[in-house]
Amino acid sequence: MELTTVWFLLVAVLFTGYFILEGFDFGVGMLLPVLGRDDRQRRVLINTIGPVWDGNEVWLITAGGAMFAAFPEWYATLFSGFYLPLLLILLALIARGVAFEYRHKRPEASWKRRWDQAIFWGSAVPAVLWGVAFANIFRGVPLDADHEYVGGLLDLLHPYALLGGLTTLGLFLTHGAVFLALKTTGDIRQRAGALAVKLGVGTAVAAVAFLSWSLTIRSSAAAVVLAVGAALALLGGLAAARVRREGWAFTGTAVAIALAVATLFAALFPNVLPSTLDAAGTLTATNAASTPYTLKIMTWVAVVFTPIVLAYQGWTYWVFRRRIGVQNIPQH
Amino acid sequence: MHSWGFQVDALDVARWQFGVTTVYHFLFVPLTIGLSVLVAVLQTMWHRTGNERYLKLTKFYGKLFLINFAMGVVTGIVQEFQFGMNWSDYSRFVGDIFGAPLAIEALVAFFLESTFIGLWIFGWDRLPKRLHLAAIWAAAIGTNLSAYFILAANSFMQNPVGFRINPDSGRAELTDFFAVLTNKVALVTFPHTLAGSFLVAGSLVVTVGLWHVMRNSGSADTGAYRFATKFGSWVVLVSSALVVLTGDIQGKIMTEVQPMKMAAAEGLYTTESPASFSVLTVGSLDGSREVFALKIPYLLSFLGTGDPHGTVQGINDLQAQYASQYGPGNYAPIIPVTYWSFRFMIGFGLAAAAIALLVLWSQRKGRTPTSRWLLRAGLVMPVLPLLANSFGWIFTEMGRQPWIVFGEMLTRDGVSRSVSLTEVLTSFTAFTLIYATLAVIEFKLLVRYARAGVPDLTPEPADDDTDDAERPLAFAY
Repeated sequence: MELTTVWFLLVAVLFTGYFILEGFDFGVGMLLPVLGRDDRQRRVLINTIGPVWDGNEVWLITAGGAMFAAFPEWYATLFSGFYLPLLLILLALIARGVAFEYRHKRPEASWKRRWDQAIFWGSAVPAVLWGVAFANIFRGVPLDADHEYVGGLLDLLHPYALLGGLTTLGLFLTHGAVFLALKTTGDIRQRAGALAVKLGVGTAVAAVAFLSWSLTIRSSAAAVVLAVGAALALLGGLAAARVRREGWAFTGTAVAIALAVATLFAALFPNVLPSTLDAAGTLTATNAASTPYTLKIMTWVAVVFTPIVLAYQGWTYWVFRRRIGVQNIPQH
Repeated sequence: MHSWGFQVDALDVARWQFGVTTVYHFLFVPLTIGLSVLVAVLQTMWHRTGNERYLKLTKFYGKLFLINFAMGVVTGIVQEFQFGMNWSDYSRFVGDIFGAPLAIEALVAFFLESTFIGLWIFGWDRLPKRLHLAAIWAAAIGTNLSAYFILAANSFMQNPVGFRINPDSGRAELTDFFAVLTNKVALVTFPHTLAGSFLVAGSLVVTVGLWHVMRNSGSADTGAYRFATKFGSWVVLVSSALVVLTGDIQGKIMTEVQPMKMAAAEGLYTTESPASFSVLTVGSLDGSREVFALKIPYLLSFLGTGDPHGTVQGINDLQAQYASQYGPGNYAPIIPVTYWSFRFMIGFGLAAAAIALLVLWSQRKGRTPTSRWLLRAGLVMPVLPLLANSFGWIFTEMGRQPWIVFGEMLTRDGVSRSVSLTEVLTSFTAFTLIYATLAVIEFKLLVRYARAGVPDLTPEPADDDTDDAERPLAFAY
């Protein structure tokens, strides 16, 4: 396999990992005002992701770094072209990250309420905007022959992209609810499980509509199979959530997110950012790539370190595998 | 060269944004780098001796470390995104070289740091003691390793090595990755930056310790604070010696690879041998008129070349040389900025070291310091190395101007063409507002938790009579 293809796959894998992991973080953040009826309950929700959210976010930083290193043209065009959406994502991630750490640092209710809002909006904004961004990557954006973005903000906000945003919003909400059902005890666990099923039905409709629309834009046999797999995994996950098989439910939503992202990347290949104007403007895994020498070095680094990272991150989840409930929340 | 008139364009704002967000980010990074190691050392001392004093200090400084850590993490994401968002032509030009250290930093260092910090924060009762100690060391190593990759990337901008320019694409391409990682600028900047970071961390340890020693002398924890104050003072003294040593080597390398920056550090317009170093200058810095200057003869020659009679090239001569080499243009940075930032860096750094000496002296042979002036000096202490770090970076980056990659690409050619003035003004305003708000919140929290002092150690609950599922978490957000 060519190294450019290897790196296309790696970038896809990194974003998939990011959406699976931070997907439930976002979901938990958005469900904070819904499932957390008092401060203790809200603390239970936050502490299900407390030890892991930071490590989860590094998947994004690694995906961005990998894009920069392996496909500088893609990174440069995408990040400058999607300027305002990315700005909003950054502001959201800043507010949210600080909120986790600072929320419990003072006892006043008003202090906590403000950070709760930061967690909610800091989770909801990226949950929508990542969908908008990836829908635009998939559909293509106006690029001139120099691969420079020539559209405006409104060119990124068409119905297909908004449906993409709605889909990621729904997927992350459902995924987060399922995660909470898996990681908590008592009342929160019951309500999270029930909510997951309700949210999941609407999400399934949005996801099927979005993936079908996507496949009319560009498609391949593999993409169709992956899209069908994504829909089935989501439905399987919901069925499992209904009968309180929480491990399977979480597996279902995680696989659904993975396959939905895979669908987009599979149909996109070998393009990485199509141009809706000049075909010469289209960025591909070849014309956006770094030199073979750089890719070779990066491949070695990835081959050696990725398994190590997966091992210790996986171990972290094992260490914190225990369910938590209001009885586990200390006074301070 | 760009003119500094009233006309503001997207380039100016993008530069201001990069400056503000980077200096801001680097207010938190030094504490993260230094304090992670100091907390790990304290925890190791507890582990080795079993003395609860060290456990209390570990938890106390660990709390301050975490308040700061969160800010470093979230402002770091902005840094990675900003190259693509605001400097897309730069990213295209150097991506083949510059992206690799950033990606490796994330994969090799940042995952390590972020994952193990989570294990450390929440793992007090979940991990065996040794493993929990290993977690803080892993996070500290990740943090320090991450600095290396970032500095290797920055050093390429100061002294590009291990690359060629592809004549077809006009882009820089990597030819020797090992050369990029062992860039001599990176090799000396790394210890310089680390030492500067320990200067900040040590100062914070001193400040907080000293305040408690002087305010609450006689309390049960005074011994712990006394220890912390001395420990921090020694960290400050040793690291300030290392800062000077590495800074000296850096000066010589800078004279060799970026002679214009060295000339700009002194505002030296004509080549001199020997060249003197002015401690301060009053008057115009454009070289036209000098009212008063306090000069130390031979010092600049020594700083730049190691020889008190060595030749240091002047701005005018370098300007003429660069104009013939690169074409017409102004190749000198803004001299007042480089001149003063260089001096502020040195001055603030030395001031912190001086206070550390006073603090140690005041506690000699078990004495308790009483001077109110010492307390005041102690309270401003962490601000001094923070300022020194900031001015150091301002000098490094402003001294490279007008280049974004020295000798290869001008800053004005690196900016994103597709980002409008309105967009960059929006982001600059948004970042400034959110950063300013968070700075106030963070500072108040640090003060609050610093005043609260070391925690009371609650005895660990007996394992036998409490069901694991019912037991409260050792730490919870």
